[in-house]
Amino acid sequence: MESLAMGGYGAYVWTCFGLAAAVLIINEWRVRARQSAVYKEIEVRIKALEESA
Amino acid sequence: MTDRERPMPSLLDGLIAVARRDLLLAWKRPGDVLNPLFFFAMVCTLFPLAVGPSAEQLTFSGPGVLWVAALLAMLISLNSLFISDFDDGSLEQLLVSPQPLPLVGLGKTISHWLTSGLPLVLVSPIVAITYRMQGDVVLVLMLTLTLGTISLSLLGSIGAALTVGLHRGTALLSLLILPLSMPVLIIGANTVSLAAGNETYSAGIWALSAYAVGTLSLAPYATAAALRISNE
Amino acid sequence: MWKWFHQLASPPHFYRIAPIFSAVLLLPGLALIAYGVYSGLFLAPMDYQQGDAFRIIYIHVPSAYLSMMAYMIMAVAGGIGLIWRMKLAHAVAASAAPLGAWFTFLALATGSIWGRPMWGTWWEWADPRMMSELILLFFYFGYMALRGAIDDTAKADKAAAVLALVGVVNVIIVHYSVEWWSSLHQGQTIMAKDGPAMDPAMLYPLLANIFGFTLLFGSLLLRRTRTEVLFRERRTRWVKEMILAPEGQS
Repeated sequence: MESLAMGGYGAYVWTCFGLAAAVLIINEWRVRARQSAVYKEIEVRIKALEESA
Repeated sequence: MTDRERPMPSLLDGLIAVARRDLLLAWKRPGDVLNPLFFFAMVCTLFPLAVGPSAEQLTFSGPGVLWVAALLAMLISLNSLFISDFDDGSLEQLLVSPQPLPLVGLGKTISHWLTSGLPLVLVSPIVAITYRMQGDVVLVLMLTLTLGTISLSLLGSIGAALTVGLHRGTALLSLLILPLSMPVLIIGANTVSLAAGNETYSAGIWALSAYAVGTLSLAPYATAAALRISNE
Repeated sequence: MWKWFHQLASPPHFYRIAPIFSAVLLLPGLALIAYGVYSGLFLAPMDYQQGDAFRIIYIHVPSAYLSMMAYMIMAVAGGIGLIWRMKLAHAVAASAAPLGAWFTFLALATGSIWGRPMWGTWWEWADPRMMSELILLFFYFGYMALRGAIDDTAKADKAAAVLALVGVVNVIIVHYSVEWWSSLHQGQTIMAKDGPAMDPAMLYPLLANIFGFTLLFGSLLLRRTRTEVLFRERRTRWVKEMILAPEGQS
């Protein structure tokens, strides 16, 4: 398709858009992963303290 | 008179006292002054060895190489700006002294410049001549180095204050100071290049002077804040 | 009005409302980006100088803009935390740094990729904007390295705030000195990346992307700050009560 080829510059243009998507997705994933990791870690510690109390 | 009745020493006295103490300490440890100078000379030797000693290459790269070497030598000397005081507890004493902390920081920075920046400026002609720099260009080099190393001492004192007491301080200090020193390097080295090419270079001198004055007015406050933070 | 501000500064309150604001930013942001990307790629007319390669602008400019905005946020938040001792402000600054660094990287990568077909080289030292962006990345690394090197959180916050404030002044000076340097050494003509005045069909997708990316950045920043707050407050009572409460959220 002509639009995919981007007048010969396709590789450059699509790489850039792909990079942008990757950066956004990676950061989205990292934010979520860190939130659940931190939450779980605190949860485990607090529940353990409750148990021994 | 008891201590209570004796008036506090004037600000200038305080500044001189701090600077003089550091100068005396440096006098007792000549290595602290000489090592960065040897480093400067050695770095300047590396480039012809690595890249080739042709005359064109030397004249072309001279301003830049000398400036980069001077910057790196200043970085080395900045490492020890507050360290020895921190280690033996005198830094804490300076922090609680009635003299304003920015002034104390300025005093130390002044003596730092006198023992690192000034020697570099004085040694630079020797190295510059080996790079086939013409006499008038050497003078421009010395002028830019004087102004530039003043700014570098001041900016470096902020970085040194932020990292004093950190065990992995050394590489971190360079990482902090290098971006801050890029404008000085860019303007300084390129001004000398312009002089070497017989073009007008006054703009760079003005810019470096402005930068030196600006950092002189503002950096001591940042250094003082950083010292307080590092010593809590 | 100050009550709202004080409430905002309270960690448990922020923790509760951040996800709502994050969603409010995220959805319009995604919509704007969808429009911006689609029309930028397929609807905007081709640039007569650069052909279709100019479409990289729709990623490059928003990232560059965000890389600088994030640094400003870092510095301002650090200043607020330093002067008014607001813990939340420090958490915002800490969270903004990695995000800003990512967008700086994206700006550099897209700028480099754009440069290849335009100037035939992957990196043009003489381009002042790319050089300023590179030095900005170094500023980010220094900031994050300083934070990482100081173990005590409060101390790290204050030291980082001082560094960011010093850096803000320098970033501006770096920009101008690199511009001057580039004017001295320009061997070839550096093509202006945005070309002559952009016609609306080219401009609107760009604006949409700038806004869209900014909203997305805001959403990421809010959620990252929220996690940072949770981590810093992990030993407080409100966290304990929240975790033990039966509604079990995340």
